Amino acid sequence: MTPILTENTFKEKMLKLFDDNLRSNFSSDNEYIRNIRKQAIGDFVKFGLPDTKTEGWQGTNLSKPLMLEYKQHFKPFEKDVDVEKIFMCEVHDLESYLFTQLNGWLVFKDESLSTLPGGIVVGSLASAFKAMPRVIENHYARYSKVSNNGFVALNTAFAQDGLFIYVPDGVVVDKPIQIINIINLTENLFIQPRNLVIMGKNSKLQLLHCDHSLLHKQSLINSVTEIILTENSELEYYNLQNKDSDSTLITHAWVEQHSFSRFLSNTLTLNAGIIRNNMNVNLNGQGCETNLYGLYLVDKEQHIDNNIMVDHQKPNNNSNQLFKGILDDQARAVFNGHILVRKDAQKTNAYQKNRNILLTDKATVDSNPQLEIYADDVRCSHGSTVGQLDPGAMFYMRSRGISEDVARMALMNAFASEIIHKINIAPLRNRIDEMVTKRLRGELSICDQCILDCNERRKYSFDIDLSRINC
Amino acid sequence: MLSIKNLKVEIQGKEILKGINLEARAGEVHAIMGPNGTGKSTLASVIAGREVFDVTGGKIIYKGKNLFDLSVEARACEGIFLGFQYPVEIPGVSLVNFMKTALNEQRKYKGLDPIPAKEFLQKMEQTKKLLEMQTSLTTRSVNEGFSGGEKKKNEIFQLAMLEPTLAILDETDSGLDIDALRVVASGVNKLRTENNTFIVITHYQRLLEYIVPDFVHVLFDGRIVKSGGRELAIELEEKGYEWIRQHT
Amino acid sequence: MEKDQNNILEEITQQDYKYGFYTDIEMDIFPKGLNEDTIRMISDRKNEPEFMLDFRLKAFRKWQEMTEPQWAHIKYKSIDYQDIIYYAAPKKKKTLSNLDEIDPELIETFNKLGISLEEQKRLTGVAVDAVIDSISVKTTFSATLAKLGIIFCSFSDAVQNHPDLIQQYMASVVPINDNFFAALNSAVFSDGSFCYVPKGVRCPLELSTYFRINAANTGQFERTLIIADEGSYVSYMEGCTAPMRDENQLHAAIVEIVAMKDAEVKYSTVQNWYPGNKKGEGGIFNFVTKRGICKGNNSKISWTQVETGSAITWKYPSVVLMGDNSIGEFYSVAVTNHYQQADTGTKMIHLGKNTRSTIISKGISAGHSNNSYRGLVKMIKRAENARNFTQCDSLLLGDKCGAHTFPYIHNENKSSIVEHEATTSKISEDQLFYCKQRGIDSENAVGLIVNGYAREVLKHLPLEFAIEAQKLLAISLEGSVG
Repeated sequence: MTPILTENTFKEKMLKLFDDNLRSNFSSDNEYIRNIRKQAIGDFVKFGLPDTKTEGWQGTNLSKPLMLEYKQHFKPFEKDVDVEKIFMCEVHDLESYLFTQLNGWLVFKDESLSTLPGGIVVGSLASAFKAMPRVIENHYARYSKVSNNGFVALNTAFAQDGLFIYVPDGVVVDKPIQIINIINLTENLFIQPRNLVIMGKNSKLQLLHCDHSLLHKQSLINSVTEIILTENSELEYYNLQNKDSDSTLITHAWVEQHSFSRFLSNTLTLNAGIIRNNMNVNLNGQGCETNLYGLYLVDKEQHIDNNIMVDHQKPNNNSNQLFKGILDDQARAVFNGHILVRKDAQKTNAYQKNRNILLTDKATVDSNPQLEIYADDVRCSHGSTVGQLDPGAMFYMRSRGISEDVARMALMNAFASEIIHKINIAPLRNRIDEMVTKRLRGELSICDQCILDCNERRKYSFDIDLSRINC
Repeated sequence: MLSIKNLKVEIQGKEILKGINLEARAGEVHAIMGPNGTGKSTLASVIAGREVFDVTGGKIIYKGKNLFDLSVEARACEGIFLGFQYPVEIPGVSLVNFMKTALNEQRKYKGLDPIPAKEFLQKMEQTKKLLEMQTSLTTRSVNEGFSGGEKKKNEIFQLAMLEPTLAILDETDSGLDIDALRVVASGVNKLRTENNTFIVITHYQRLLEYIVPDFVHVLFDGRIVKSGGRELAIELEEKGYEWIRQHT
Repeated sequence: MEKDQNNILEEITQQDYKYGFYTDIEMDIFPKGLNEDTIRMISDRKNEPEFMLDFRLKAFRKWQEMTEPQWAHIKYKSIDYQDIIYYAAPKKKKTLSNLDEIDPELIETFNKLGISLEEQKRLTGVAVDAVIDSISVKTTFSATLAKLGIIFCSFSDAVQNHPDLIQQYMASVVPINDNFFAALNSAVFSDGSFCYVPKGVRCPLELSTYFRINAANTGQFERTLIIADEGSYVSYMEGCTAPMRDENQLHAAIVEIVAMKDAEVKYSTVQNWYPGNKKGEGGIFNFVTKRGICKGNNSKISWTQVETGSAITWKYPSVVLMGDNSIGEFYSVAVTNHYQQADTGTKMIHLGKNTRSTIISKGISAGHSNNSYRGLVKMIKRAENARNFTQCDSLLLGDKCGAHTFPYIHNENKSSIVEHEATTSKISEDQLFYCKQRGIDSENAVGLIVNGYAREVLKHLPLEFAIEAQKLLAISLEGSVG
């Protein structure tokens, strides 16, 4: 079955598709999952998909990709895929537990859920639904909230597979877990991966998420990742996004942090079609650390939109956002950063920074760093800059005999390196550094790709309509 | 002037001062020495009235009044001045405005009219001259962007302007180079009279070469463990605080 | 300490709004409600030419199609536009060319507000247009200014005497359908100030409009238009107050500024409408559209505002930087206390080359209030080498208030630079202790620190406004530290 969706009849099609699947592919779901699906489809109908008038979505127009026809697959493909034959990870010397998702479904050879040293369970979420119903009930769909756009609800209604990670209390995972999402089909594809990461108390993990497009046409990915960090756990979450111009990637990450947990995310966007990353972090404990980094290098018609919400619900937490981007040609970048400090969240330290370099007059940046603060004993600041490479630095380098091109490259590299150096996995850092350099030289074309996260509540912007003023 | 009897002070349940006794009369200079973390700054803050500390026992009598009955600003108006170890920056508030406000508040407390503008300016000029201070400091915001030395000189300037009867200088010498130290010390010496009392808190004997104390007290683990004349400071410098540790 | 501060807060909250009195003047008042007839009556009462009525009716029809904006960070019970009186004016006996003909009650009212309508008693260097409810009652120094070719009069007089200028410039900066409140104002505005400074003239006086709401149940809809012709300079000040009432009164004003080549306009506001009581009852709903256009090259428009009043403040004094090398500035101090809500900021629209804008915003929140900065900086492709610097700081006094920052930055141009910085903090215990140790009590210490915090903005006010503003800040906030 290969249903088709277009924008006009999107809702009806999704509804019909949902009803069909409820009787077929979703019929083996347990009651908990089934109820969640039913509620989600209702929410989806209620909220619909966002357009450029929706709060927080003014900068990103999805009407074109949503007009296309895509296929969706609600059953796994053949099981015996030798991923290594179609794909090789290019990060050298990176030792990792590697998992692959092909066209939306997790690929496995022997077991759909592996147990790693220390009792870590990693593998297919579809299998976890069945094998670990208690854990699923405790966590699945508990952290993602229905926001003002229907994407999260849509994913929740249809989600079938993705990566499931459970790290037991006190376990430090000895090497990174890596998930590679590959799209390899000769038809337009819409997939909705769903990931769940559960970090036990005092546990520690580095997670690397890459997406690759091999043979493919137009693709639309709407992913949701839920992450729960229980007390004193630590997660580093790296996303590598290297998408081609025919792809639309919408990611949502919902991160729930309990006391003394530490979360670091680093989202590296090296190429994009349209990318919209939503990241929501709820600081629902005390003594938490949150560091969110992002780097985007976009050119041609590429579009990147990072939408961040850090919700300080409890006192004594520190959060920090730093997003930097370089834009060439007609590329467009949007940054919506939101820090919310609730009434009881005293002793909050929250920082937010967005820095952009425009290389042409056709590239556009919209930067909206926002603070919403209801507690008085806080230190919050944000900053945003849009500009060019420092002419003073350019001049200084050229006066030492360095050619303009080399100087420009050096300054752009320096600008990007601040984010690259936040990567704590050395082989990955080296590889990214290399890729960024290649990217800045215009030599990087392969498609790597990755996942991010979600948000709520945004105001309409309030521009002056110049056409009405008698200038 | 000042009589401290069996003063006990806690912060967040931890006892810092464990029974301090100290008598200081008009015209005297007392030095309080001791290693870091023994409660020197706490003592200064409690006299000035900082609220973060809990006084659990004892009393402080100043000019016959129970200090604990007076608010921070009332103590200041009664003539208590604290020279801060870390003077705070107050952006946008010029030192001139700050001093004028402080001086007039203190005058109001004493039932005096505000100081006429001309007289105030004259007083400032004289004080600056007395302390060899740069003119520009007074037009800048209070402590904002001041170097460490400028901040400390500024404390002495305020001391001179407000003419307190009890001045407590909390580690005024820390972070000062020798030239700044000389300026600060000579300022203090010029301000010494038989009617006022100085309590100089310091870690090093160095300052006491310039401001010669009448009494030296050694504060250790929340108690004054040794008192003496100036020679005590020199002995302390020679033998180190380890010497005190062994004797207590 | 805690208790001490609560006491002070208590004292402050008891402090009366000292402009809250009401004057009993013989008034000409329309019945409540708004329809085309109301508008015809306003136009008729003011004896307006045909084009004005057309303008009003066009605006009214637009307004009927529009809805109240919802994007601001404010909450209020919806306004019943049929429950408002749209015209209230002190009864005129004759034309007011002589002070003797003004109702003595009115003169007394303005005296109480510290605004003398007698030229000789006025501080030298300031000319005043006094507007009470819907009508300008007196413009001082008009004759003196006329000698220089400067027109400074009420908007109504300008409509009668300078219809060409009105027709050319009215709604050229704020179009009638710019937003809901602008459309409403365009339909029903009753008076306001008008100023034209001719080429090359530097206005020797500070021009000032003083707005006073007096009558109950009325809305105030005034409109100000300032035109600075080539190479001219004018500094304009605006002040306002209202009686204390349990009801909310609507104030929806428009200010338009046009600066031609090499001209400079400085516009200062001390907004002190009645803010409501400490329970959040009553107070003015202040929905204002202020915008200037730097039309010619090298022109400059500077907005300085001190916002302490109103239950709700919704205003974004903006500059359209059209001429090359033109400069836009926005300096703002917004104070909210009790249940006040402010959503204020600016828009700097860079169209011309080498245009520059500076935004300094200082928000101070106390009580249960919410204070938001909302700003837009936009640079189009043509705006080569444009620069913006924005600094917006928030100070929180107490743990029941909110401080928010919503900047929007849009840049399409590689040679332009936009910088935005913001911080949120509270008055530190260390600063307070330092002041108190020098003998300054909590109230004065907070006043001192807040004034220091706001100094960067206050220094841009004309001198006598600055003094008033400092006092106002102290009155609304002393001691309210949490």
